[in-house]
Amino acid sequence: MRKVAIIGVGLTKFGELWDISFRRMITEAGARAIEDAGIDGKRIDAMYVGNMSAGQFIRQEHIASLIADQAGLTPIPCTRVEAACASGGLALRQAMISVASGIHDIVVAAGIEKMTDVLAEQTTEALATAADQEWEAFVGATFPGIYALMARRHMYEFGTTEEQMARVAVKNHHNACFNPCAQYQMEITVEDVLNSSPVNTPLKLLDCSPITDGAACVILAPADKAREFTDTPVIIAGTGQASDTISLHDRLTLTGLAAAKKAAELAYKMAGVGPNDMDLAEVHDCFTIAEIMAIEDLGFCKKGDGGKVTEQGETAIGGRIPINTSGGLKGKGHPVGATGIAQAVEITQQLRGEAGKRQVNGAEIGLTHNVGGSGGTVVVHIMKRGD
Amino acid sequence: MEVGIVGYGVYIPRYRLKVEEIAKIWGGDAERIKRGLFLEEKSVPGPDEDAATIAVEAARNAVKRAGINPQEIGAIYVGSESHPYAVKPTATIVAEAIEATPDLTAADFEFACKAGTAGIQTCMGMVGSDMIKYGMAIGTDTAQGAPGDPLEYTAAAGGGAVIVGKDGAQTLATIDDTYSYTTDTPDFWRREMRPYPKHGGRFTGKPAYFKHVLSAAHGLLRKLQLTPKDFTYAVFHQPNGKFPLQAGKELGFTKEQIMLGLITPKIGNTYSGASMIGLAAVLDQAKPGDRILVVSFGSGAGSDAFSITVKDGIETKRDAAPKVADYVNRKVNIDYATYTKFRQLLVR
Repeated sequence: MRKVAIIGVGLTKFGELWDISFRRMITEAGARAIEDAGIDGKRIDAMYVGNMSAGQFIRQEHIASLIADQAGLTPIPCTRVEAACASGGLALRQAMISVASGIHDIVVAAGIEKMTDVLAEQTTEALATAADQEWEAFVGATFPGIYALMARRHMYEFGTTEEQMARVAVKNHHNACFNPCAQYQMEITVEDVLNSSPVNTPLKLLDCSPITDGAACVILAPADKAREFTDTPVIIAGTGQASDTISLHDRLTLTGLAAAKKAAELAYKMAGVGPNDMDLAEVHDCFTIAEIMAIEDLGFCKKGDGGKVTEQGETAIGGRIPINTSGGLKGKGHPVGATGIAQAVEITQQLRGEAGKRQVNGAEIGLTHNVGGSGGTVVVHIMKRGD
Repeated sequence: MEVGIVGYGVYIPRYRLKVEEIAKIWGGDAERIKRGLFLEEKSVPGPDEDAATIAVEAARNAVKRAGINPQEIGAIYVGSESHPYAVKPTATIVAEAIEATPDLTAADFEFACKAGTAGIQTCMGMVGSDMIKYGMAIGTDTAQGAPGDPLEYTAAAGGGAVIVGKDGAQTLATIDDTYSYTTDTPDFWRREMRPYPKHGGRFTGKPAYFKHVLSAAHGLLRKLQLTPKDFTYAVFHQPNGKFPLQAGKELGFTKEQIMLGLITPKIGNTYSGASMIGLAAVLDQAKPGDRILVVSFGSGAGSDAFSITVKDGIETKRDAAPKVADYVNRKVNIDYATYTKFRQLLVR
C-alpha cells in the first residue's frame, strides 16, 4: 500500500449562497484546489464526491457525471459517495484508498451540498431521511430531537450542563471569526446560547449547526510524488471507518458513538499514534453535545469529562487540544456532504502553517472526525505534516 | 412629464394586536421579537372590513383633501394582494363609492406590496399624456400571515390613496421623477386558492428587499443626480421597522430622515398600503420645499422609487381629512382570541 499525500485544497465561502449554483460551487472549490496544487487538470485520474442529497435539495441525481462535465474532466471516472453527513469523509477515504492501491495517481476528493434552494422545513425533512425511516423519522424524530436525547442522557449520567454545551458554540463562533470562509464570523456569548429559542430541550438554536451551502475539495497524490507539486505535503497517516445501528434506540449507550471509537481506534493504529499525540482536531459538532461526545470518543479526555474540559478552555486555540479551529460545523457552517472534506482542508492548512490568526503553533499532526446521521457511520482520518 | 399629487388619504383599522399576544400563543420571546423586528403591535381589520372598505375610506380622504369633483377622476387603480374577489374588481367598488362612475377606466393591480405605487406610475403616464385629468392610485391590504408563521407578527391592514394631476396651482407636491427596478425573484408568493403566502425566510432580505430597494433608490438618485443630502425625508417599504432603517443607512440617509415616515412599528406591515401610508405621514407634516424619496418594494420582485417635492398647496389641504397619526392613535387593543374571530380563523 502506498503512502498518500494531500497536495492541494480548495473551499468555497460557506453560507447562504443564493446566487451561486451547485455546479458553480463545485467548480469554484475544484479550481481553487487545482490552483493550490499547481497541477494541470489533465493529470487528474479520478474523482470521488461526497454528497448527501442533491436529489432532495436541488432535484438532481447523477451528480458525478454532472461534476466531471462541469469541471471539464470527462472521461475520468467520477464516483458519488453517500453516508449522510459523513459523505465527505467517506469520499476522502475512497479517494485515499484508490491512490494507496496504485490504481490511480492523482485523485480529487470533493464534497458539496446546496441546501438553501428549498424552504427550511424541507431541508429539515431531507436531513431526517438520514435517520431510520421506519423507527425514527416515521414517528416524527428529527436530528435535533435525536441529539437532544443524547444530551439529556449525558447530562443525567455525567452532570454535563447546558452552560458547558453553550461553551462549545461560543468557542467555535470565536474560531470562525478568524476563518474567512466561515458562515458566522461573529462572537456569541454563553448567555446568547442559553437565551436562544428552544429547538429540542435542552438544545437551543445556538446549540445547532446551521443550514449551509458550500463545497470543498482536496487533491491527493502518492506521497513519493507529492514534492513535485508542493513543498508542504500533508500525509494521510491513518484512516478508519466504522458503522453502527442507524437507530439510536438499538445502541448500548446514548452518551457516545461506538462507531466513532472504532473508527478512531483503526485510524490511530494505522498511523501508529494515540490521542495524546494529536496537536488539534476537527470534530463533527452538528450539535454542541456532539463535540462533547466526540472528544470523549476520540480519547482526548475521560468519558464524561467532555463538558468539563471544554469549560476549562482545554479545547480552545492555545489550549491542550484545540478542537474545531475552523469554527467547526457550528461556526463555519455545515453543508453536509462537504463537511468531511472541509475538515481535511482545515487540518491541511493548519499543518502547513497557513491558518492565519487561528493557527495552532507548531501543529504537526491532526485528526478529522466526520459522523453520518446519529452515528451510524463515522470516519476518522489522521494527518501528519510531510517529511 | 409635469405631474403632481393633488390629494392623498389613508385609512388604518382601529384594532391592534400586540407582539406579546402572538408570542404568548406560539411560544416566542416577545421582547426579542419586538427588538428583532422593531415593532410593537399590528393593526387588525374589524369583522366588517376588507381591502375594499379600507380602499374606499382612503379614497374618500384623498378626495376631501383634493377638493375635486370625483367625476373628473378618469382612472382608478387599486393595488392589493388581498382583493376580496379573485374575479370582480375592487376598483369598481371604490369608483362607485366615491361617485366617480361611470365615465372612467378602472382596474385592480397586484404586485405583492408595491401594486399601489405601480398604480401611481400608471396614473402619472395617463395624466402626463392628457388621457385623463385625474387618476387615483390606491394601495390597500388586509395582509395574510399563517397562524404561527413569523409573518403573523407583522401582517397588518391599512391603505393609502393618491390622486395624481397635472402639476400646477392645485397640486400639493410635485412628482419630480420615478424609476423602477424589477427582476424575477421568488422571495414570497401565494398560489391560487391558497389562504396564506409562503416565503423564503431570510431569502426575503438581502437578495429581495435590499437588492431591489437599494437598486431602485440608486437608480433614481443617479437619474436625478441627487444625493441623500438633497432629501428632507425618505420613506421605504416597511415590512418591519428594521429593514427600512437598514436600507436607509446603507444608502446614506440618517435615522432622522426616515423616522417620520416609519409607521410600521406602530401598525405593522400594511403591505400595499405601507409605503403610501409612510408617504402620507410625511406629507402630514412636511413643509413646502421639502424633498421626499419614496421607495416601495413588492416581492416577486421590484421597487418603484419616486422623488417628490412638497409645494405650498400642502398647508391648506392637509387638514381636510384625518392624518396618519389620528388613525395610529385611534386604537383598541384586542387579544389573540378576538383576533382569531375577526380574521375568521374561529368560525361558528
